[in-house]
Amino acid sequence: MTDSKYFTTTKKGEIFELKAELNSDKKEKKKEAVKKVIASMTVGKDVSALFPDVVNCMQTDNLELKKLVYLYLMNYAKSQPDMAIMAVNTFVKDCEDPNPLIRALAVRTMGCIRVDKITEYLCEPLRKCLKDEDPYVRKTAAVCVAKLHDINAQLVEDQGFLDTLKDLISDSNPMVVANAVAALSEIAESHPNSNLLDLNPQSINKLLTALNECTEWGQIFILDCLANYAPRDDRESQSICERVTPRLSHANSAVVLSAVKVLMKFMEMLPKDLDYYGTLLKKLAPPLVTLLSAEPELQYVALRNINLIVQKRPEILKHEMKVFFVKYNDPIYVKLEKLDIMIRLASQANIAQVLAELKEYATEVDVDFVRKAVRAIGRCAIKVEQSAERCVSTLLDLIQTKVNYVVQEAIVVIKDIFRKYPNKYESVIATLCENLDSLDEPEARAAMIWIVGEYAERIDNADELLESFLEGFHDESTQVQLQLLTAIVKLFLKKPTETQELVQQVLSLATQDSDNPDLRDRGYIYWRLLSTDPVAAKEVVLAEKPLISEETDLIEPTLLEELICHIGTLASVYHKPPSAFVEGSRGVMHKRLPARTGSGESTESPDVGTIAGGSGTETAPSIIPSQGDLLGDLLNLDLAPPTTTGPPPPTSGMQMGGMDLLGGGLDSLMGDESEPLGGDIGGSAAMGAGFGAVPAVMPASLNAPMGGGLGDLFDLGGGVGMPLGAYIPPKTVWLPAMKAKGLEISGTFARRAGVIQMELTLTNKAMSVMTDFAIQFNRNSFGLAPAGPLQVLSPLSPNQTIEVSLPLSTVGPVMKMEPLNNLQVAVKNNIDVFYFSCQYPISMLFVEDGKMERQVFLATWKDIPNENESQFQIKDCHLNSDAASNKLQASNIFTIAKRTVEGQDMLYMSIKLSNGIWVLAELRVQTGNPNYTISVKCRAPEVSQCVFQCCEAVLKN
Amino acid sequence: MIHSLFLVNSSGDIFLEKHWKSVVSRSVCDYFFEAQERASEPENVPPVIPTPHHYLISVLRHRIYFVAVIQSEVPPLFVIEFLHRVVDTFQDYFGVCTEAAIKDNVVVVYELLEEMLDNGFPLATESNILKELIKPPTILRTVVNTITGSTNVGEQLPTGQLSVVPWRRTGVKYTNNEAYFDVVEEIDAIIDKSGSTITAEIQGVIDACVKLTGMPDLTLSFMNPRLLDDVSFHPCVRFKRWEAERILSFIPPDGNFRLLSYHVSSQNLVAIPVYVKHNITFREGSSQGRFELTLGPKQTMGKGVEAVLVNSQLPRGVLNTNLNPSQGTYTFDPVTKLLTWDVGKINPQKLPSLKGSMSLQAGASKPDENPTINIQFKIQQSALSGLKVNRLDMYGEKYKPFKGIKYMTKAGKFQVRT
Repeated sequence: MTDSKYFTTTKKGEIFELKAELNSDKKEKKKEAVKKVIASMTVGKDVSALFPDVVNCMQTDNLELKKLVYLYLMNYAKSQPDMAIMAVNTFVKDCEDPNPLIRALAVRTMGCIRVDKITEYLCEPLRKCLKDEDPYVRKTAAVCVAKLHDINAQLVEDQGFLDTLKDLISDSNPMVVANAVAALSEIAESHPNSNLLDLNPQSINKLLTALNECTEWGQIFILDCLANYAPRDDRESQSICERVTPRLSHANSAVVLSAVKVLMKFMEMLPKDLDYYGTLLKKLAPPLVTLLSAEPELQYVALRNINLIVQKRPEILKHEMKVFFVKYNDPIYVKLEKLDIMIRLASQANIAQVLAELKEYATEVDVDFVRKAVRAIGRCAIKVEQSAERCVSTLLDLIQTKVNYVVQEAIVVIKDIFRKYPNKYESVIATLCENLDSLDEPEARAAMIWIVGEYAERIDNADELLESFLEGFHDESTQVQLQLLTAIVKLFLKKPTETQELVQQVLSLATQDSDNPDLRDRGYIYWRLLSTDPVAAKEVVLAEKPLISEETDLIEPTLLEELICHIGTLASVYHKPPSAFVEGSRGVMHKRLPARTGSGESTESPDVGTIAGGSGTETAPSIIPSQGDLLGDLLNLDLAPPTTTGPPPPTSGMQMGGMDLLGGGLDSLMGDESEPLGGDIGGSAAMGAGFGAVPAVMPASLNAPMGGGLGDLFDLGGGVGMPLGAYIPPKTVWLPAMKAKGLEISGTFARRAGVIQMELTLTNKAMSVMTDFAIQFNRNSFGLAPAGPLQVLSPLSPNQTIEVSLPLSTVGPVMKMEPLNNLQVAVKNNIDVFYFSCQYPISMLFVEDGKMERQVFLATWKDIPNENESQFQIKDCHLNSDAASNKLQASNIFTIAKRTVEGQDMLYMSIKLSNGIWVLAELRVQTGNPNYTISVKCRAPEVSQCVFQCCEAVLKN
Repeated sequence: MIHSLFLVNSSGDIFLEKHWKSVVSRSVCDYFFEAQERASEPENVPPVIPTPHHYLISVLRHRIYFVAVIQSEVPPLFVIEFLHRVVDTFQDYFGVCTEAAIKDNVVVVYELLEEMLDNGFPLATESNILKELIKPPTILRTVVNTITGSTNVGEQLPTGQLSVVPWRRTGVKYTNNEAYFDVVEEIDAIIDKSGSTITAEIQGVIDACVKLTGMPDLTLSFMNPRLLDDVSFHPCVRFKRWEAERILSFIPPDGNFRLLSYHVSSQNLVAIPVYVKHNITFREGSSQGRFELTLGPKQTMGKGVEAVLVNSQLPRGVLNTNLNPSQGTYTFDPVTKLLTWDVGKINPQKLPSLKGSMSLQAGASKPDENPTINIQFKIQQSALSGLKVNRLDMYGEKYKPFKGIKYMTKAGKFQVRT
């Protein structure tokens, strides 16, 4: 007899019958009926109509029946909230049951009923259960807090459950500890800035003890939590590592990978010459290898993580190449990952083996895999120089197979090999040309055309070959068209006599008959170059190309560091930072590896760790990390001062500069697919920026004529605005001379007569004169942008210091920054472009008309939801409330009303930001108590922290 | 944590869903079905699939996809391991893990899933504990339950869950006390055309079946423990003792469990127990191909090689085969092009061979790829790595248990390229 009988139905109407059975007097019949209901529910049938009848069965001594009813309740309570209340009493009663199993079951189920009304009744039983004498109940209650938080976060905070949960971390029972950690971690995910998991050496010790005794799942939670800790020094780091290493031998692969994460992260702090460091490296290899003998799904996740690990520390797996060899019945997703790692591990020592394997793979059936294998051979050639020759001959062997997609793939990679080792393997060109006709994929055609153009002088019939492609020019993809255009121009420059007609043909095709702007642009550039100065054209088009390297497919280091901190997570599977894809992007913390000194000899105390810990309030100026996208943003800014308009007449010196730029720009075009050519053809300075080249090559004379006078006025304006007495923070060094080739910049921000000023002190600490200053901001939270050019009138001679004041507007492009008041700045002079970031006090943005009407204030205060309120403490402030009010008023923080209750002065204040956001605040000042409390309420709660910092700064100065 | 679970059968129907938090609409599985359609083979469905609001993590076992839905950052391995545990539990409870078995026991399945996760956090995944909470269905019990009206849900607090040995329940009693250990090694190897070994490694496990009364404390020592440098233990094994003395000391769970698994890597020399001589050729322009295959024992430590099974995926161009086995039976499926040869035992005096011709599509060009030959075999009473148990002792209890240790070697992924 099986449960399938519960699915059988009768003609009469199932629900009707079930109803009758549920109300039967016989216990047995009732139970059978509930089972039938559950069975219907599991297959998605709607049995919610039976709610009252099922709930009636709940008051029973029969544990199974109780559990079944609970199952039903969890599923349908949401749709019948009023009915669900009926169940509350039984729950509350069950929470007092002498049997801990029942108590736990009741509190567990109650948490699963996602109905607001029920949650209110849940608080008291939950509080009791959190302190229950039985650890089984406590551990169940810990999870229940997480459930409740998911339903009603405010309630959990108000009821103080979070603190109780924190206390449970020191519980005597390891499972309770593990569940408390799990619950806190889940809650913390929705509060990225809260210090819920405040780890200190004592709590770490508790966790490490619990780690040994709790279940495998608990171990995962604890290890993931440990990974967020920043050890104080290398000793602590080592002792944690020592206690975590036994987890590497766990049968559960998730435990192993979480342990690997902790070790990879804390290892960063260990001095490299330490014996233990070497031991640890050795211990990491076997568990990683073992993961590869598990089921394919586990292998896949493991391989994605190993991919990160071998990039960070190739030494761990350098002898384990063979385990990554592909078995022919591996699923395709495992095969492709293994291939990737094989290339990363390829070295001179093992290249012969790797190549033999890759060649074997290239004869397999799966097309995707074969293609990737062929491509891998090319990557090996580029990575391991000694193997290049062997790789090329392997590729030639593969071309001889005449399998169409193998040939095409081989030609694509051979192009890269030519780029890496010019003038070495050109003897194979003849073989490649034989396969010209079989190429039907754009990438392969483009590669072949590139080869023909690049080596036109060695291919006798290059013109014929290219001409044959030209016939169907309009049917080709853009990639091929662009490549063909360049190749024919190259050919023309090499053999001008016989190919004049060809080049004219292609230029007219590209410029007149094409709809593609990229193609037209490139066509015009070539045309003009060829017609004005063929010598220059030669230097541009046939310029020496920078070598390509294996680094191109590596993950960018800062991202890699972050991903190493996220080993074992989804982020590590997708190789993207968590912020890039986690639902709702709740402001995920960027994690970084702990600090290590450059030499790797010893470690300082890891102050970077505190950043990872999440204070997020660093005020010290910092140099922007050279993150690719950020740099790109700044580089794209037009750094030429706005006063220079129109392209200057092309002098010979200018042309040289332009040529370098073109060379670089075009190369990137050829290497990649089709990067649009920015800038116009006139060869103006703007082109430099467009091509992504360093603008330092711009001729110095260009930037000399600058609007003067205006700066003086602004300076004066600044002076006049002073008497208001608004708080201006002292100047700090934003850009140390060391990092900017001798230019030191310090500065501060001020608001004078309604104008925001950036006050800069520029000091030339280099030996040479600096000229041509210009400034630009990256997009920022409040759209700050320079309202005029940077007024540095005379060249800055060595050891000279100059004070500049730059008026700012708030109408620039907006992008949310982290922290909110962060500003990224690029300053250019005749030497280079420098980047730094600084934080402006948000009080600069408080506008003069920020005084709110009392009534409006009251209404707004009520209107803003309570969760937007944040409370802060201002310590050691010895002003009375009136003095404070005056001081704040000077910075456009207006007191609307004052109230005195029991010796406590309450100041109600309003602030308006330049972008129209209102911030309301309540300041509580108690006579004789130097600690003020400030509550900030705002529709955009992100600004609260900044506002608080400002008030504190203003009050203390 | 884990939000929901969907079970999908091979024809793409969702036949069971379970939600541990709020209900996630089953339409989320559409993304899974899309990925399934794209994959050429059922096994090629990627294990992690992103959707706009959720992530789907799936495993394929017994031709059922177990699709877990998660919403926030959860370690994928955690989810996969949990899904494996679900599969194991079903198998443990119902003997098989099939759609029919799950549907037949749907209420037990629901009760189990409810006990295994709470709000997405694992609760009880040890089969010892689960069985105390929910009794596995047996024919006898079903009959008794129907007559007496008793339930298959335990009334007791699962004691093991709170003790220091959560994997063992208290009050175990047996009349015959026995402890059996199986050392099973699987050899994974890739052999190239010329017969030389490209990679070979051994995945070993020690599975135990322990039925001992009370709280026995066992120690197991090996003759050659240094072979075990890459091991994963059952949580019951005391790691410190292993580190210090290379002795396995543990209080065993009750019943069947995996004591440890180990890995002997390709860096150690691994003996290859069988060799294959092959000659598979296609000539350009001819519609016939030659096929010759001979198997022989290599390094078997004097033990016989049995249960030998050869299969090979022949190129698509092969229409049919006309082969002659010296022993055993062979089949060729002209649709899937799978050649299977059930060899049986290898007799070293008279080596088994399979010879004959293959007919190709007339006029078609010679196939590009060479078939790979997969071999399965068993060698009883020997562990290929040479691992040997020295002794097994019991402390903590007075009685004398019956002890037994068995060794076996099997082929894992043993592939010969031609």
